[in-house]
Amino acid sequence: MPESLSMIGQLVFAGLAVGGVYGLVALGFVMIFRATNVVNFAQGEFAMLGAYFLVTLLQGLKLNYFAAIVLALVIMAVVGLLFEITVYYPLRNRTFLPVIIATIGASIMFQNGALAVFGPSPEKVRPVIETVGGTGGITVAGVFFDYQYVIILIVTVLLVGLQYLFFEYTILGKKMQATSQDKDMARLLGIPVVFMIALTFIYSSLLGGLSGMLVAPIFFVTHKMGATLGLKAFAATICGGFGDVRGAILGGLALGVIESFGAAYISAIYKDGFSFLVLFVFLLVRPQGIFGEKVAEKA
Amino acid sequence: MTTERVKRAAALPWFKPGYLALALGAVVVVLLPLLFTSRYTTNLLILCASWGIATLGLVVVLGYTGQISLAQAAFYGIGAYAVALGTTRWGVNWWLALVLGLLAAILAGAVLGSTTLKLGGHYLAMVTICFQIIYTLITTNWIAVTGGPDGISNIKRPPFLIPLNSAQRYAWFALGALLLVAGLVWGLRDTALGRAMRAIRENELAAEALGVDTRRVKVIAFTLSAVIGALGGAIYASGYLYISPDSFNFDHAVAFLAMVLVGGSESALGAILGATLLTFLPEWLRDLKKIYLVVYGCAIILVIVFMPEGLWGYVKLLGRRFARQVPLPPAKRAMRVGRRGTPGEEILQVEHLAKYFGGLKAVDGVDFTVRRGEIHALIGPNGSGKTTCINLLSGLYVPTAGRIHFLGRDIVGLRPNRIARSGMARSFQNLRLFRELTVWENVLVGSQRAGGGEEETEERAMAAIEFTGLQDKVHEICRNLPYGHQKLLELARALAGEPELLLLDEPGAGLNQTEKQELIQLLKRLNDMGLTILIVEHDMSLVSQVATCATVLNFGEKIAEGTADHVLRHPAVVEAYLGDREVALGV
Repeated sequence: MPESLSMIGQLVFAGLAVGGVYGLVALGFVMIFRATNVVNFAQGEFAMLGAYFLVTLLQGLKLNYFAAIVLALVIMAVVGLLFEITVYYPLRNRTFLPVIIATIGASIMFQNGALAVFGPSPEKVRPVIETVGGTGGITVAGVFFDYQYVIILIVTVLLVGLQYLFFEYTILGKKMQATSQDKDMARLLGIPVVFMIALTFIYSSLLGGLSGMLVAPIFFVTHKMGATLGLKAFAATICGGFGDVRGAILGGLALGVIESFGAAYISAIYKDGFSFLVLFVFLLVRPQGIFGEKVAEKA
Repeated sequence: MTTERVKRAAALPWFKPGYLALALGAVVVVLLPLLFTSRYTTNLLILCASWGIATLGLVVVLGYTGQISLAQAAFYGIGAYAVALGTTRWGVNWWLALVLGLLAAILAGAVLGSTTLKLGGHYLAMVTICFQIIYTLITTNWIAVTGGPDGISNIKRPPFLIPLNSAQRYAWFALGALLLVAGLVWGLRDTALGRAMRAIRENELAAEALGVDTRRVKVIAFTLSAVIGALGGAIYASGYLYISPDSFNFDHAVAFLAMVLVGGSESALGAILGATLLTFLPEWLRDLKKIYLVVYGCAIILVIVFMPEGLWGYVKLLGRRFARQVPLPPAKRAMRVGRRGTPGEEILQVEHLAKYFGGLKAVDGVDFTVRRGEIHALIGPNGSGKTTCINLLSGLYVPTAGRIHFLGRDIVGLRPNRIARSGMARSFQNLRLFRELTVWENVLVGSQRAGGGEEETEERAMAAIEFTGLQDKVHEICRNLPYGHQKLLELARALAGEPELLLLDEPGAGLNQTEKQELIQLLKRLNDMGLTILIVEHDMSLVSQVATCATVLNFGEKIAEGTADHVLRHPAVVEAYLGDREVALGV
């Protein structure tokens, strides 16, 4: 196998894995957007918090890896609920502008709160695989498959599948869908709308937290990681088509790959800028994204 | 003399508190650098002035226009780098460097604004964050030009009457610039442009339908804010004589946002208040320095939840208690309705008009003609496509097929504001008023469509207010009006632009019998004055009393037309409304 081809395979694989994480964070965006018509600018911070909780439980409390993940997810659920109660709920009847400003405020608070608590030095988390005695990854056809990357991709696929099943085949899922489509009608049908929205926030917080824990072993855990993840996930949702689940995942994967190639062949320093350039191009050429449809405001 | 009265009435409270504020501001500008003479406090004054200017930019874009920008630190940085590079590396005059920086900000603001403003809030927030981050990446990494993380030192100060070689002199200069920008931003609020901006904030669709070119106004607002930000940055750079990318990162964009929100985003003075508070607060609370951004984030949420108008909101409440409100002087002339033309000439021709939403044929091949001077009713059962027709005529929807000629011009594909300015005004089925604006301001926005100067705009608005009998309500905030008055206000707002054709979408909905009778009288008076009206209405008694002719739609198609009495007896119409009589009678 020629060097360049395996190199390309490597870049695609790494890009897909990182893109999977963008996709998961993006999924959280989409869930909240569909339920409330508001973009939660603190979505990326959920990932950052998830990663820090994992770090704390693993290294501070010396917990077992899986216990740490479960416990961190429980904490994330609480964070999601508190977030809904304090940031979204008081503003639920106002226009979207106050709400997004409030979520931006929350994002700043989380980021700098983490900085104050955990300090500026980046933390490193060991990969999941090491807890079951595995190491690194395997090389197939000249491409090195890091297990952590493999796990990320598997989890992404699993979660998307589970979410699909949940929304298509469970009553709770149907209720959440009904809430996101028409709150007033859902309320008239006896669906507890407030509860459904709270549930959506909890789920999004879990998604965010989990993505943070997945990337923790790859990236360094810093207070800034959430902002970067969140922005790229948002770029992914726009490229995919705003409010579209497929769009979020595919957009995330595509951005991950583009970034990985951009960093290798163009410039590593400006790596974080590529997604934004792609975003600008999309906004100019196809603002409704790949799967999006144009919606007209009703007069 | 009358003009003088008009002017005074236009500035709702009896005196403009702003003039006093400007005079006081000038005194403060002179005094502050004399009172605070230590190097440390003088520097803080300069910092506060430059941050205040950047925050004033946000007043225009966020406070007036309701569009969020999280790139203000980047624009601030563009101005700072222009002056820094211009005076150190390129060796150009300070003022020339400033102009270059402002031009760069205009360019960046216009490009960023025109690409994303049509997409709405979420996109704008995210795109401005992205722009901010790309800006920081470039200034940090493009070392050859920007000096990288080390920044640029030995920046020059501008020659301005006297050499600004002491911090004190420069503080006067910086504070003077702040006062100047504050005055301009404050003055902008009550100009036609400022009102258009605030109308967009309150209800973009209604603003567009009333003839405000919303896209253009939003780009102007965004660009203005960028330029003001750059000016603040230039003043900062020459004040501190040294800059580095750290002073223009996302944290600062957030700080500017916090300043404008805490102070009160709709007011120039509020913005300065916010900027001052958040400049000095971290200095006073040294212990909090490590977590001051946590406090900012927290403050943003608290302010948004508990005091949406910021600190200035409280000052305004006090002011309202003391300000005496002068009633509107009587209008100088009666309301006019469009240009005079021959009664009976065709002014609106609709041919084969169709609108499909996916498979749904909301309007399917409708033809009708509206002649000058008639009240033409467009009626039909629910879901027959009446409102869709109105939306097609006013340009909110683009037809799938068909032609619309208005006053001899093909208007298909024109943006709503163009159609509105060509002489078509409309009301909305569900009220779309500018809720936080006063009655007077609402009507002024409607009046702006007809062009002319501020004086003419005010005259038309006054005539329309008098016609609808809302004189006593002019100073009220629109959202506080009872429903019936809000309906009247929407009519006044549409009439103030002196339309040739008035589209009314269910003007009677939600009115009680008395109010309906008043509406009928009003419509008849309008018709007597020669105004042509196309009305969509459910209330058949209202229709039969006012309409001179009617077109009946059912399932998107025309099923009858003629005089109102004639069509209401038409068998197809009866069937459409009541169902098949024999089926209904159970035969």
